[in-house]
Amino acid sequence: MVIIFGIYCLVMTVPNGKESQFLLRSRPPSEKLIDVGFKNLAIATASMVAIVLLSIVAIVFAGALESMGKYGLHFLFTSNWNPVTNEYGAFTAIYGTILTSLASLCIAIPLGVGTAIFITENFIPQIFKNIIGIFIELLAAIPSVVLGLWAIFVMEPFLRPILNSLNHYMGWIPLFSTGASGPGVAPAILILSIMILPIITSIARDSLNQIPSRLREAAYGVGATRWHTIFNVLLPAAVSGIAGGVLLALGRAMGETMAVTMIIGNSTNFNISLLAPGNTIASMIANQFGEADGSQVSSLMYAAFVLMSLSLLVNIIAQWLVKRLSLKY
Amino acid sequence: MNQLYYRPLSARSIANKSLTLFALILTIASTLPLAFILAYVIIKGGNNLNFSIFTTLPEPPGDDLSAGGIGNAVLGTFIVTGIAALIAIPIGIGGGVYLAEYSKRGPFCKFIRFGTNVLSCVPSIIAGVFVYGAIVSTRVISGSTFSAIAGGISLSILMIPSVIKTTDEGLKLVSDDLRKGALGVGASKFATIVQITLPSALKPIATGIILGISRAAGETAPLIFTALFSFYWSQGSQSLLEPIASLSVLIYNFALEPYEAQNELALTAALILIAIILGINIMTKIINRLIN
Repeated sequence: MVIIFGIYCLVMTVPNGKESQFLLRSRPPSEKLIDVGFKNLAIATASMVAIVLLSIVAIVFAGALESMGKYGLHFLFTSNWNPVTNEYGAFTAIYGTILTSLASLCIAIPLGVGTAIFITENFIPQIFKNIIGIFIELLAAIPSVVLGLWAIFVMEPFLRPILNSLNHYMGWIPLFSTGASGPGVAPAILILSIMILPIITSIARDSLNQIPSRLREAAYGVGATRWHTIFNVLLPAAVSGIAGGVLLALGRAMGETMAVTMIIGNSTNFNISLLAPGNTIASMIANQFGEADGSQVSSLMYAAFVLMSLSLLVNIIAQWLVKRLSLKY
Repeated sequence: MNQLYYRPLSARSIANKSLTLFALILTIASTLPLAFILAYVIIKGGNNLNFSIFTTLPEPPGDDLSAGGIGNAVLGTFIVTGIAALIAIPIGIGGGVYLAEYSKRGPFCKFIRFGTNVLSCVPSIIAGVFVYGAIVSTRVISGSTFSAIAGGISLSILMIPSVIKTTDEGLKLVSDDLRKGALGVGASKFATIVQITLPSALKPIATGIILGISRAAGETAPLIFTALFSFYWSQGSQSLLEPIASLSVLIYNFALEPYEAQNELALTAALILIAIILGINIMTKIINRLIN
């Protein structure tokens, strides 16, 4: 027994002496401290997002409280904005925000999706596709204030005769019932559609590119033409991505400030005509916030709160829609 | 009977061809605006482009024939964007590291992801309103109202979500083998992240950050009532607490003036701003390609 135990001890101790340098060594406290500290730092910075977001909501809501108590929901449906008599209603701006963003979507969706189809199909050599792709990306990089500058000096003077003839021949339609005499809603819609075009195009291009090629091959194999394939196979397969991009663009269009402020005319009087000056929530804030005081600031904050809720709503619907519509293929 | 022949005049061939033509027209229509805008800004803005506009100050609108230069606005754009980057990069990278490396599937992580998405959709003018309400009107920063720092903070609010997203996505691209390997040889989590995963995701993260900075440089809406504008040079550290000029606000203010000289200066400023932003964009693309 003793001998066996002695051998056992010998066997166990000799390698043990060598192994000790490889054995698990607990970390020195300093290393542990750094590790835990770094993790907490990461958590703290991540929480900054939540803090910033909540304080944005809190500050805007607190600023709006006075006006909310005074006008209530009435604020949303009256178009009387009068700093002299201290009467505020944001209907013109809310209507303008929704109208300009939806109308610009109607222009930008066909253009953007059409372009995306054109540069994902094999109509032209790859190099031209890349060049068009870079063009679209560069358009996205142009600051909105520069687009506004261009809209004031080039686009609006160019459009004016066209818009005026629209009024002349189709003036019986309420939307064209005034003449165009400068800044107005119609040029604002056009410049907005130029701004959101790159978003729709690049997201539609990405989702069309992600479709497995076997879907296309199968469609061609059963005798579908190219455009049958595009309309009946490729677009339905990419619809979730495209819908997400469209809603993202809608959110962007609603919050877009500078280009719209410079070209929409900033009129607080409600006018149904697209050719007359109008207003959006963002442009109203940009235009008046600097000089406002008292209950005008509060009313502008209320309008900002409405804008924030609208864009939050669109954003949530976008995320839900993308999840809901994604096809499993 | 040979069924496999192509009839160019059949209804479906004609529909096919005309739809292709239609797509071509749409593509041309959507690339034209960029060409028009670039051509206009380059031709008109290049007209009175000379070296002296970088060294002189803008002049307040008046009857003068000259509108001065944009020297302080170029400097101001760099200062304000720099402040924004100094705030947004650490917060953004930290948040991205948390989302990609530490987060479990808990409610907190979901909330941070959701919050990042929401923050990236907050309209830029709201960031301006928020900073005005939280910092400018309350005079929190040593009693100053409109200041370069307030402008930088409002721009950083727009940058943070994009930095978080690029860091998160860049780290997700790093192969999990690297992470497990590093942890397996006994590196701590801190060492793994700082020495292994972050360096190997450096390229996409750096690209995303640089593009985010270039986008912030062109933002106007958050600056018009946080950084305001100034007709003077900003000198010394005290000037960070004073209103500061920036290219984008200069363009906005001067484009709406009724004077020709101011309008032309706005166009020149637009040319410089576009040159800076597109320059950064194109340089990043070229450098990325060279590294590959």
